[in-house]
Amino acid sequence: MFRSTSAVVRSASYLTRKGDSKLLRLNVRLPAVTPSRAASAAEAAVSNDEAKDKVKDVEVKAKSAVAPGGSKSFAMNLFRGQISTEQVFPYPEVLSTDQKEELQMLVDPCAKFFEEQNDALKNDALEKVDDESMEGLRAMGAFGLQVPQDLGGLGLNNTQYARLVEIVGAHDLGVGITLGAHQGILLFGNAEQKEKYLPALASGEQMAAFCLTEPASGSDASSIKTRAVLSPDGQHYILNGSKIWISNGGLAEVFTVFAQTAVTDAQGETKDKVTAFIVERSFGGVNNGPPEKKMGIKCSNTAEVYFEDVKVPVENVLGGVGGGFKVAMNILNNGRFGMAACLSGTMKYCIYKAVEHAGNRTQFGRRIDSFGAIQEKIARMSVLQYVTESMAYMLSANMDQGSTEFQIEAAISKIFASEAAWFCADESIQVLGGMGYMRECGLERVMRDLRIFRIFEGTNDILRLFVALTGIQYAGKSLRELQKAIKNPLANVGALVGAGTKRARRMVGISSGLSLSEHVHPELKDSADQTAKAVEQFGGTVEDLLIKFNKKIIDEQFVLKRVADSAIDIYAMVATLSRASRSMKSSLPSAQHEKLMCQVWCDEASERIQHNLASAASGRAHKNFDTLSRISQEVVSNGGTFQQHPLGY
Amino acid sequence: MSGLRVLVGCKRVIDYAVKIRVKPDKTGVVTDGVKHSMNPFDEIAMEEAIRLKEKSIASEVIAVSCGPPQCQETLRTAMAMGADKAILVEVDPATYEKVQPLHVAKILAKIAQENKIDLVLLGKQAIDDDCNQTGQMTAALLDWPQATFASKIEKTDGELKVVKEIDGGLETVTVKLPAVATADLRLNEPRYATLPNIMKAKKKPMDKKKPGDYGVEIVPTHKVIKVEDPPTRQAGQKLETVDDLVHKLKDQGLIPS
Repeated sequence: MFRSTSAVVRSASYLTRKGDSKLLRLNVRLPAVTPSRAASAAEAAVSNDEAKDKVKDVEVKAKSAVAPGGSKSFAMNLFRGQISTEQVFPYPEVLSTDQKEELQMLVDPCAKFFEEQNDALKNDALEKVDDESMEGLRAMGAFGLQVPQDLGGLGLNNTQYARLVEIVGAHDLGVGITLGAHQGILLFGNAEQKEKYLPALASGEQMAAFCLTEPASGSDASSIKTRAVLSPDGQHYILNGSKIWISNGGLAEVFTVFAQTAVTDAQGETKDKVTAFIVERSFGGVNNGPPEKKMGIKCSNTAEVYFEDVKVPVENVLGGVGGGFKVAMNILNNGRFGMAACLSGTMKYCIYKAVEHAGNRTQFGRRIDSFGAIQEKIARMSVLQYVTESMAYMLSANMDQGSTEFQIEAAISKIFASEAAWFCADESIQVLGGMGYMRECGLERVMRDLRIFRIFEGTNDILRLFVALTGIQYAGKSLRELQKAIKNPLANVGALVGAGTKRARRMVGISSGLSLSEHVHPELKDSADQTAKAVEQFGGTVEDLLIKFNKKIIDEQFVLKRVADSAIDIYAMVATLSRASRSMKSSLPSAQHEKLMCQVWCDEASERIQHNLASAASGRAHKNFDTLSRISQEVVSNGGTFQQHPLGY
Repeated sequence: MSGLRVLVGCKRVIDYAVKIRVKPDKTGVVTDGVKHSMNPFDEIAMEEAIRLKEKSIASEVIAVSCGPPQCQETLRTAMAMGADKAILVEVDPATYEKVQPLHVAKILAKIAQENKIDLVLLGKQAIDDDCNQTGQMTAALLDWPQATFASKIEKTDGELKVVKEIDGGLETVTVKLPAVATADLRLNEPRYATLPNIMKAKKKPMDKKKPGDYGVEIVPTHKVIKVEDPPTRQAGQKLETVDDLVHKLKDQGLIPS
C-alpha cells in the first residue's frame, strides 16, 4: 500500500529548475496592477454604480480570458484566488449501484479477517507479519486489490480500494505497508509486463518492492547514484548501486528500481536521466541486508538492497528510458489518497479507544467524558477524522472520475492525514492516561507506527513546499498571461481591466464577489462565506508574494510554509463543507452532527488562515523568520545549543 | 455412485456481535440498520458441505435462504465460501415476521425433492430465535432419517456415520441416505470468504422463488404475544464482615435464626 521510501518529490528542486526557466518569468512591474493604478481603479470601481456595473461586465469576460491552461483542480485555482467547484461540489459520488454492492460484500470479510485472524501486537513483537496471517492475507486476495480481475486481482477502483484500506489502517498499519509495492507495474507497466508480473504479485506468491531511496538521496530523488548501463549488444542494462530503507526489501522477488541512465537527446547531447526498471531477484546479483530495527511499522520488512552487475533485459524498462522520475513521482502521487483513507481508519480506532475509556472512567465522582478537558479532545479528534475522511474520498472520487491534476490535493491529503492521525493517537493516549501508555492497550503501537507517515512518501515539509510552489507556479502562469495581454492592451482589455479591478477591489477591502454559498446547504452559509473569503485573501496574498519576491519566492521557505498551511486549511474547509452539505441534503441521521463539525472546523480554520496569510505577508513576521533563521545557523555552527548554561558549566 | 447433492440452509440473522435491542412496542427486536450475517451454525453446515465437495463426496452444494431480499447477501457469502448455486425464497419483510420453522421446513423439503437432494445440512438452530426445530421438521416431512447436533460426519457406503453431541457425551449414529443432518458448534471451523471468491460468487447462479412456488402459505401456527428484555440483575450489597452477612440472611429469613 505504501512504499516506505522517504523519497520524495524532488518537487522543490524540480520546481526550482523550472522556475529558473519557465516559472514566474514575469516582469513584476505590471502597469495594470501597480498599487497606485490599482488604487485609482478601485476608486473608479466604487465611485458610481454605473462604473461598478461596467466593472462587473468586464470581470465576467475577464474570467474566461484569464484562465489559460485552465485546470479543474480546486487547489490549483485556489492559488489564483478563484473557486473551481467542478471537482468539489457536490461531494463526488462515483460508485455505481453494482460497485457499491460489490464493495459492501468485501467490507465485512475484510474487517473480520483483521479482527479475528491478524494480531497487530503479535506482528509488532515478531517484527514480521505472522506466517499464518501472511497466508491469510494471500488467500484473502489482499495483495491484488487493484490488480485487474483478468490478471488475478480484484480490480477495485480507487474509491473501493480506499474503503478497504481504511480497514487495514484501523487494525495494522505495518501490514498496510507490506501489502502494496507493485503499484509501479500497475500504473506504468505495458501489457506484457503486467501479464508477466501482476498475477504472481496479486496472489501474494511473489512480493514487490519500490526502490528509490539511497543513502545520499532522500527527498532529492533525482540525485540517485544507482546506474544502469546498456550492454554492448543492446539487450541488457547492467545495474549497479544500493538502495536503503526498502519496504519488503528482504522478501521481494520483484523490484521497481530507479537508476541513472545515459540518454541522448535529439540534439545529440548525452545526459543522465532516471529510468525505472523491473528487476527480478532471480536475475542474479540482487542481495539484501538484514531487516532494519525501526520505531514502528515493525512487522513490515525494511532492508537495504544491493544490485551488483544485475543483467536487466531491455524489455524490463518501466515507463520508458529517461521516464523514471515521472514514474516515481506518479507512483507517490497516486498512493497518497490511499494513505489518507488508511489513516482515517486509524483515527477511528484511536477515537474508539478514547471514547471507550472516557465513557467508563470515573474520577472526582464524575465520568471523565463530562469534563471539558476531555470533551475538547474527543471533539477535536472527531472533527479531524471527519475532515480527513472527507478529503480521502473526495480525492479518490476525483481520481476515479479521471482527473489527472490532483497532485496538490493528494499532497494536502497526505500532510493532513498524517498530522491529524498523529494528533488523534497522541490525544487518545492522553485520554487514557497511564493505561494508554501501556503496550497492551494498543495505542502505543499505533503511535509508533504513525510516526513514519509524516516522513515517508514525501516528508510533510517537502510536500508543503510542493503544495505552495506548484500552486504558485500555476498562479504565475496566469499572471504571465496578463503580462502578455499588457503587450497588446487593445486586444485584451477584458483581461486587463478584470485583473486590475479585482486587485483594486481587494486593496480597498471590497470582496471581488467570490461566493460558495450557492453550493452548500443553507444552514452552512456562514461557513461557506468564511471559506470564500479565505480563498479571496489567499489568492491576493499569493499575488502579493509573487509581486514582492518574483522567482525568489522559491527560497522563502518560511513564507511558503504558511502559504501551504493556508491552502491545506482551505481545501479542508471545502471538502468538509461539501460532504456536510450532501449529508444534510440527503437528511442522513448524522447530518446535524456533521454540520456542527463542519462549522467549528471552518470557523477555526478561517482564523488560522487569517493569521498565516498575515504573517506570510507582514514585515514583522518576516523579521521573525530572519531571526529564526539566524538562531538556527548559530546553533548549527555550534553543533548544538549555543547559550551558556544557567549555572555557568 | 456419483457425488451427493447437498442442500444447505443459510439463515440471515442479526450478527452475533450486535447488542440486541427490543422494539419499544415489544413486538420483536430492532432489525433496521443492524448488522446481519449468516447464522453461525449454518456457516458450519456450509463449511461441512464444502469439505464434502472437496473430498469429492459431494458433487453439488446448493445454498438456500428464506427471507427478505437482503438474504441475497447471505447467499452470496455462502457462494463465496464455495456453494455452487443458491436459491432465494423471497418473503417480504412484513410476512417474514410470521415465518416459523414449519414453513421453512416445508420449503426445504420441497426443494430437496425437486433438486434430488441426498443430504440436507442445516445449522442445529439459529441464534436469533433459537428454535432448534427446522432440521427435525424437515426430516419428518420428508420421512428421512435425521442426525442432529453433529460434531463429526463421515461417509460410509450409502450411509453417513455421524457423531452427535448429546447431554453428557457423544453418540454415534448411522443414517441411510437421503438424510437430514444439523451441525453443532464443534463440527468444524468455517473458512473466511476470500475477496476474490466474493467477486467470483457474483457470477454464480441464484434462483429467486416465492413460498407459493413450493405450495407453502405463510400462516403462523403460533402467535408471539410479546418480546421483552431479560430482567436486569438487581444491584447487590457489599458487606464488611461474615457476621453482617449472617445477620442479613437471618433478617430476611433465608437461614434459621
